[in-house]
Amino acid sequence: MSILNLALKSLNNRKTTALLTIFSIAVSVALLLGVERLRVEARNSFTSTVSGTDLVVGARSSPLNLLLYSVFHMGNATNNVTWQTYQELADNDAVAWTIPIALGDSHRGYRVIGTSGDMFTHYRYGDDQTLSFKSGEPFSDLFDVVLGSEVAATLGYDLGQKIVLSHGLESAALQQHDDKPFQVAGILEPTGTPMDRALMISLEGIEALHIDWVNGAAPRPMLAVSAEKVRQMSLEPSSITAYFVGLKSRIAAFRYQRAVNDYAPEALTAILPGVALGELWQLVGSAEKALQVISVMVLVACLVGMLTTILTSLNERRREMSILRSVGARPWHIFALMITESMIYGVAGTALGFAILYGLLFAIQPVLQTSLGLHIAVALPGTFELVLALVIIGCATVLGAIPAWRAYRNSLSDGLTVRL
Amino acid sequence: MPVIDLSNVIFGWGSAKPVLDIPELVVRRGEKVFIRGPSGSGKTTLLGLLGGVLTPSAGHVRVLGTELNSLTAVQRDHFRARHVGFIFQMFNLIPYLSVLDNVTLPLSFASDRLLAVQHSGRSPQEEARRLLGHLGLTDPTLLERPVTGLSIGQQQRVASARALIGSPELVIADEPTSALDFDTRSAFIQLLFSECEAAGSTLLFVSHDRSLESLFDRCLSLQDINRAVGEVH
Repeated sequence: MSILNLALKSLNNRKTTALLTIFSIAVSVALLLGVERLRVEARNSFTSTVSGTDLVVGARSSPLNLLLYSVFHMGNATNNVTWQTYQELADNDAVAWTIPIALGDSHRGYRVIGTSGDMFTHYRYGDDQTLSFKSGEPFSDLFDVVLGSEVAATLGYDLGQKIVLSHGLESAALQQHDDKPFQVAGILEPTGTPMDRALMISLEGIEALHIDWVNGAAPRPMLAVSAEKVRQMSLEPSSITAYFVGLKSRIAAFRYQRAVNDYAPEALTAILPGVALGELWQLVGSAEKALQVISVMVLVACLVGMLTTILTSLNERRREMSILRSVGARPWHIFALMITESMIYGVAGTALGFAILYGLLFAIQPVLQTSLGLHIAVALPGTFELVLALVIIGCATVLGAIPAWRAYRNSLSDGLTVRL
Repeated sequence: MPVIDLSNVIFGWGSAKPVLDIPELVVRRGEKVFIRGPSGSGKTTLLGLLGGVLTPSAGHVRVLGTELNSLTAVQRDHFRARHVGFIFQMFNLIPYLSVLDNVTLPLSFASDRLLAVQHSGRSPQEEARRLLGHLGLTDPTLLERPVTGLSIGQQQRVASARALIGSPELVIADEPTSALDFDTRSAFIQLLFSECEAAGSTLLFVSHDRSLESLFDRCLSLQDINRAVGEVH
């Protein structure tokens, strides 16, 4: 009978504690792996909030501020970009496409983005995905609105619904654009980006809402322009908030960035969103470190628990050890038996942990995808996971050397007979 | 060549008064020797010396002509595994192994004894069944059962089969019958004798029970041969 066989039968004899120990290790392994997987996916998802865009251009401000209001719709723009400037810079030879955005209105706490149809053809997020429609289609009429998935789901809107936009960004906005209601033309699929929380209308729509406003104040009734009348008017916007740029070749990015930053008629800032997103993640990503530390701590606690379990079992197994000695086992056999036991705990715990993780991933993946738009790939274990597994098994084995050493010493001093 | 040859053996824990002081103890091949010793007479120490887990402070312990003192601890372990089978008082089976696994256990630690079994043309399991059969344990369902389900008498017979498997030259029994009643006791000793004879093993039987003395070739009192406790009665 081999040592491994003996260790397995011995563990089988202490099934309940052995299984509990293995299970606790498995849970902590699954936790550690799961946190790591989520961390990587969350970072990927975050840093690819805008993936196909080479540059974002807005009024001069800090790169982070520009990123926050243009991509995450947080905070306010310091200034606008005039329509003329936008036209001029968008005409640059290096530019393949642009997406203008105009911010400033909201609907029940959700931001309204004035944009062009290019949003639905050129905007990319995640792994080069375009915005796709759950139902309906891009806006075509002046008073059409496209809803992000969360907006539609939370407010319970459906196609054809009439909604009223508010002026300003406060959720309890005082002034309503209730003279010009919009109709829901399309609802987007979840993306896991801030687009889920946005409403999109055409730039002309934004212009139409504000055509009769003077200095940011609602028109007096006699000066108001009705929704019917506004359709006959010229609705070329005078300014936008920012625009996204796709270049024909990425190599031109720095050149175009300099051209924008040095643009004399207007003070502008161009950022490379990937770089700015990376900087932002440094700020918000410290939570991931805390999570990682916690899951490592849980694993350490479980391994110490295993150590306790084995050490506690030593005393009641002293007789067993001396019987083994009397039938010819050498002290190192005892040592090997004990350390094999720890290795079994380590290997079984890690394997079960992987099984739990993958089971959970398979179960949760569709839910995360539809509710949060967070796509978690169920891939084969990578280098990190394999190294981690080896480290855990190694730690269990090294820790197992402590009770193994004690058993070894006991078996030397106890000799062949123990009277307990 | 005697199987056991002790001369001027002294053993003590540290610098205290020795617990064992045996000028001479010789057991010849094939003998069945009864050593009577109440607790405190140095019985456990003597077994430790013969098993090679203890080494004397002075004197010589020779088993099968080998000077145990001259061997390293690892060599003594090998020697014990090869040449000595032990039967203890109680609870000397591994609780989580089946009867058959318990009996064949020594073979995984002593390749010589495994070879001896294979030379007889039997597998370890067959040999274990044969020995158990001779000791009166034939019920096949019993053999697969965990040993904790056996009676004390059955457990002692399993322990005997384990001590005898692979025909070790020396079988040392330490109070194997103290938990048995008299009839079972005699029957057990008769079985042990015949199996030792069949295997060609020498038997050293240690007990405090004088009623068994008459069954043996030779009886010794540990108090007589151990000068360290000779005065204490």
